[in-house]
Amino acid sequence: MVRKTFGDPVAEDLRYVVKAVVGEENFIDMHPNRSNNFCCGGGGGFLQSGFPEQRQYYGRLKAEQIMTTGAGYCITPCHNCHAQVHDLSEINDHKWETLHLWTLICLSMGILGPNEREYLGADLKEVDMFHPESAM
Amino acid sequence: MSSEVLQIKGGRKSTFKDHVMSLLPDGGNLNLCLTCGACSSGCPATGLEGMDPRKFLRMAALGMDEEILNNDWIWWCSMCTRCMYVCPMKINIPQLVFNARAQVPREERPKGIVGSCDMALRNDTCSAMGATEEDFQFVVEDVLEEYQESQPEFAEMLAPINKQGAEFFLNQNSREPVTEPDEMVPLWKILHSVGADWTYGTKGWAAENYCLFMADNENWEKIVRVKAKAVDDLGCKVWLNTE
Repeated sequence: MVRKTFGDPVAEDLRYVVKAVVGEENFIDMHPNRSNNFCCGGGGGFLQSGFPEQRQYYGRLKAEQIMTTGAGYCITPCHNCHAQVHDLSEINDHKWETLHLWTLICLSMGILGPNEREYLGADLKEVDMFHPESAM
Repeated sequence: MSSEVLQIKGGRKSTFKDHVMSLLPDGGNLNLCLTCGACSSGCPATGLEGMDPRKFLRMAALGMDEEILNNDWIWWCSMCTRCMYVCPMKINIPQLVFNARAQVPREERPKGIVGSCDMALRNDTCSAMGATEEDFQFVVEDVLEEYQESQPEFAEMLAPINKQGAEFFLNQNSREPVTEPDEMVPLWKILHSVGADWTYGTKGWAAENYCLFMADNENWEKIVRVKAKAVDDLGCKVWLNTE
């Protein structure tokens, strides 16, 4: 979305949102970033193409970038990225959790219910639970 | 890196590269390669089966059409365009890859991508997982009702379907309604909280387009047109595609 369509300014907009949601001190940029960033390898049909070994090899750069930040959560912008980055975590001792941005926005607003927390790690699973009695 | 020396036979010329050049503005700059290697040095697919973007382009330039069109590497490049972004000559290697995919006989393209494309063509939802208009409407309404009741602060929240004249037409990846419907809710809550005027459509709601990934030009365009028509028919101003 950043490199192919809207350019770096939209990356700044997203940084504004993420920092507002998690707090500036909890945001860690990966390197390289913005239009110089590496593709995770989930897109272009890779997830459905039947080449999992090649896909995971492709994703090694993304996994290294994420692990270098030491961050416990990686936010992904789309489903292809989410599925790929989640899978990369699985083969790297589950060193990070993979989140949709909508999860963090609702968590920060205090409106994230018990059934909307599939991708939160143990440290945030119970935090500021909205209507805990609605757990299914 | 491959240690095998490539043998170039004289007198060959690339019909494939010329074909792609005829399709692209400025020929995609495909003849301007300085062989600097900036593309390959930052490409995650470099090294897969000894291939990399520079090598792929050089092989095309040398007329080695058969070798590159029969190489699975064209499915291991995600067409992310980083190579073109860093290229001093802005060479459109991703489109070379895309059109290489298009040259592969349909039945020889990866079955998973072909199957997802074919499924999306079965009905106007464009869902690669085959979810119908009725399936989608049922899931959305069922989940919405459940949350309106269990979280009373959101009793007034809506997830409109086919709302004429809404500002935003929102696409949804099939994965949520089909496999994890609760994941739709946080997005609805955000849209509700900011007072967005939005709608889904029973037609064209699915965000994905695997026909694009398999370089099926006729059908990826068809899918885009079905979705665009759905947006237009509802008179929506902005089409939000989340993929």
